[in-house]
Amino acid sequence: MHKGKGMKFVGDSRISAEKTSKIPKDYSEYPGRTEAFWPNFLLKEWLAGAVFLVGFLCLVLAHPSPLEGMADPTDAAYIPLPDWYFLFLYELLKYQFASGNWIILGILVIPGIAFGSLILAPFLDNGPGRRPRQRPVAVGMMLLALVSCIWLTYTSAEHVDWETRAEQNKPIPPGESVVDQDHPGYAAYENSCLSCHGGELEGGAGPTLIGTEHTKEEIMDIAVNGTGAMPADQFQGTDEELEQLADFIIETNEAAAE
Amino acid sequence: MLQKIYDWIDDRIDITPIWRDIADHEVPEHVNPAHHFSAFVYCFGGLTFFVVVIQILSGMFLTMYYVPDIENAWQSVYYLQTEVAHAQIVRGMHHWGASVVIVMLLLHTLRVFFQGAYKKPRELNWMVGVLIFFVMLGLGFTGYLLPWDNKAYFATQVGLEIAEQVPFIGEALKTLLAGDATIVGAQTLTRFFAIHVFFLPGALFALLAVHFILIRRQGISGPL
Repeated sequence: MHKGKGMKFVGDSRISAEKTSKIPKDYSEYPGRTEAFWPNFLLKEWLAGAVFLVGFLCLVLAHPSPLEGMADPTDAAYIPLPDWYFLFLYELLKYQFASGNWIILGILVIPGIAFGSLILAPFLDNGPGRRPRQRPVAVGMMLLALVSCIWLTYTSAEHVDWETRAEQNKPIPPGESVVDQDHPGYAAYENSCLSCHGGELEGGAGPTLIGTEHTKEEIMDIAVNGTGAMPADQFQGTDEELEQLADFIIETNEAAAE
Repeated sequence: MLQKIYDWIDDRIDITPIWRDIADHEVPEHVNPAHHFSAFVYCFGGLTFFVVVIQILSGMFLTMYYVPDIENAWQSVYYLQTEVAHAQIVRGMHHWGASVVIVMLLLHTLRVFFQGAYKKPRELNWMVGVLIFFVMLGLGFTGYLLPWDNKAYFATQVGLEIAEQVPFIGEALKTLLAGDATIVGAQTLTRFFAIHVFFLPGALFALLAVHFILIRRQGISGPL
């Protein structure tokens, strides 16, 4: 920058009145086939960016972003799962040496050493050589960490049935309730079934009742005698109420199918 | 005409050196995929920034509809998803961008690591980069809660329980994040929203600025 006596300024500002050249530098004198970033290289970079954007938008269009049902803190049956890039930390806590009495190891010491050495890598690996073969320890540790993270993520995600999960937690459109609360069987449903099967028959501790393939008689039998994990004697009332209850579940299913 | 406007502005604020500092620099042969195709690994950093820009823009549009409170958060996301024109694409970009940015960040980090590009004199820029990685993970964690659906709620609950187990500061940390020592609720959502939309992006912009200024100062590391 030009400094000193004899400088001319624009008005009373600090902008120099002398013109600087607007022609970009000539990079041909630099070693190799060096190119100017502006505008030569930037034009090519646009292309790479455009290709990337097309691929990204294809992903977005092919897989709409998921949305589960509205958060229900009382839903005790829900199995929590973090986003995929936290799965390796989550899985680590399932190991014996990283949970229970050793939880500090799992949440602080092991991730602390891993991320701490990541941020301090230039000081731990401070030799002059840059090629991977010249620094086997650093490269080996990184490969080990990488393989462990991939392995932990894989074992964590392996036994998740993503499709069933998405199916079970589908959002219920607001204002489109299929439940007819004036139905004579609703009172019996509310008293005996709602706490497990949900206000919209969407399920909870028990499975959803929408899409059930049971007949009216089977539903009446299950309400009294239970089935699978469902205990017996959930329903308590008169036979007439039991019949109304089964009618209610079947009619709600018919309404939902429409 | 354009040249005249440019000259008029340049006369007054001497803009040429400013944009020259930003845009006018050399691209060495070894990082240019036009000369060596394997140099595409040098694109990862730029593409990470590209996804960050997508995240910022799509996030700005999402906040035009999103309501950070437990009654309406889910409803507003559902409305966005089903009623608003093109909002499914905008939310899709934000959702998938959050994953893609982690992938690109990882690839960029691995490129720098295996090339040993963090060695003297570039130690500081590596540390700033790792901090950017942490901020990005924080953005992922806080953004996960905002749709206020079941997976968001329960994942956050688990995350906060883990934070609580940190010795000495655990409970204070949980209260700071969740707004309450026991409840994950309305306070948690507004806090996560504030962290996701104001605190962490602020930190991210500052770190990105330092990251880029340091690159411009030091130049790209030489060929292996």
